[in-house]
Amino acid sequence: MANLKTAEKKTKAQSMGLHTEVLTGKTQQKFFNPDEAENFFYWGAYDVDFNKRTDLDVKDMDCKEANRRIDELMSQGYGTIVIKNPQGKHSLGVGILNKLNLIFEGSLGYFGVGSIDGPMVRVNGRVGWSCAENMMAGKVVIEKNAGSCFGAAIRGGDLICKGSVGARTGIDQKGGTIIVGGDAGAFTGFMMQRGRIIIMGDVGINLGDSMYDGTIYVGGKIGSYGSDAIESPMTKSDIDWLKRKLKVAELGENFDVSKMTKVVAGKKLWNYDALEPTEKKGAI
Amino acid sequence: MCGIAGLIHRGKSSNVGSELQLMLQALKHRGPDSTGYALYAENDGKNFIMRFKVGENVGEGSTSVNEDSSVYDKRKKLVDNMLGELGAKVIKEDRLTPYSFRYEMEFNDDLMEFSKKIESIESVEILSMGKSLELIKDLGDAAAVSERYGLGEVKGTHAIGHARMATESGVDIKSAHPFWGYPFSDVSVVHNGQLTNYWNNRRVLENKGMRFMSECDSELIAVYLAEKMRNGATLEEGMKDSLTGLDGVFTYFVATKDSLGMAKDTMAAKPLVLYESDDLVAMGSEEIAIRSILPQEIDTYDPFDGEVKVWQI
Repeated sequence: MANLKTAEKKTKAQSMGLHTEVLTGKTQQKFFNPDEAENFFYWGAYDVDFNKRTDLDVKDMDCKEANRRIDELMSQGYGTIVIKNPQGKHSLGVGILNKLNLIFEGSLGYFGVGSIDGPMVRVNGRVGWSCAENMMAGKVVIEKNAGSCFGAAIRGGDLICKGSVGARTGIDQKGGTIIVGGDAGAFTGFMMQRGRIIIMGDVGINLGDSMYDGTIYVGGKIGSYGSDAIESPMTKSDIDWLKRKLKVAELGENFDVSKMTKVVAGKKLWNYDALEPTEKKGAI
Repeated sequence: MCGIAGLIHRGKSSNVGSELQLMLQALKHRGPDSTGYALYAENDGKNFIMRFKVGENVGEGSTSVNEDSSVYDKRKKLVDNMLGELGAKVIKEDRLTPYSFRYEMEFNDDLMEFSKKIESIESVEILSMGKSLELIKDLGDAAAVSERYGLGEVKGTHAIGHARMATESGVDIKSAHPFWGYPFSDVSVVHNGQLTNYWNNRRVLENKGMRFMSECDSELIAVYLAEKMRNGATLEEGMKDSLTGLDGVFTYFVATKDSLGMAKDTMAAKPLVLYESDDLVAMGSEEIAIRSILPQEIDTYDPFDGEVKVWQI
């Protein structure tokens, strides 16, 4: 396996598991080797030390400058960065593809910590719409409430809100886990494709509307089910997993997970067949 | 997109003019075309305040037809004559721009008939009537409009405002928010969203004698609520009814002489962040609007789908 930091573009792309050839048939050549450590670091990632800590006051900065300063601090080896006075600004802490311990002392606006892959984030406040959208990996903990589209299209990692969240939580979710300590709004899990959502409180109308796959667990009342979302029996492995996950999320010490409602896709809306797009074209 | 903001001080007055300006300026990126304020000011409550315009702001970015400013004076004279005929006694008049006026006057008759007569004069529109409501709207951002109309020093209990990005209607004052809840004194509305059954509702309401001054879909909310209240509904009942009567996506605020309310559609498709304490409620399309007047760490939340709330001063 090539070294990601020195490799040529094509080799690098292949090393990161990306395909550069045109797919035909059902070929799924796998380049990614999880045994090789280089696969877990982005090319150009900084080597940071979690014990090296600093504060960054963003009161008088716009989001672009604040994000640039975070990048600079990582390049200097800081592994723990505390952001002071975020004051509801949008798009803070986005696009971090690095291991990092990032703490916000206050609330974030829209698109906070979007498109991240790896950092551990704690927000000691509230977040606006689309928090952690497209997150690939890492852990994000929100101490207060969150706006709508919480965890939109996340692909991995743990996204935790200790308060309540708005509408369309986990819309288009493709992996990972979303955990909400309070209530959630309408259309939770809308068009969800994979991953898990845990809502400890009540949820609004149209839960799991048009979900393709994935699992939603609800502790409280359900406003209504969306198209093709159905109840499914809880299993022992569900209960064990929920207990483990809520413990990690610092939530629900005395919460009886066995009484939660499990919701999955009824798969009546599925319109898949076994053909790849190129094969389908040939068949037509 | 548009941005809306509102606040209500419970049990006291505050500098709502400058507070709302800060909130709306923070939302400027959501709507740069026009800005509007509905301020519930510390007036003596005896006389009516009428805010009206006799023409449009034809400045840069306006979609209005350019007019010779001499027509404004002619229309003002016609308004003055009509006020005399209607038995309204003007106590004080201020000309704030070449096309907009604020009259303080004594009047004790039916506001609907009064408004119809005044607005029968070409290009004249009453922006608001009330004993507390001061409704100001014009092209430009919050700071520019505030400076033009001297709003920085206005004290009062509550206020709502709007930063508009024109989408379905023109860049002009008549399409700007807030909208007065004609023919009720002291009722105003701001809205963020799109209403898809505007024409259906408009036809029905016009047949019932209600008036529309623009083709802006948001005006429907003011007229819709006014018609409900005219038929005996409370403000809150009218707002709850609007969740099914209005189709589309919306978050709107409505204010009366002594209350402030919010409603969110059943899809929760438009944003709203809310801060609530014993003595202050502040809300806006984005948290930065609230942060502009409350920089300290506070607890805020998003109201859920289909939620209606009303607060009293």
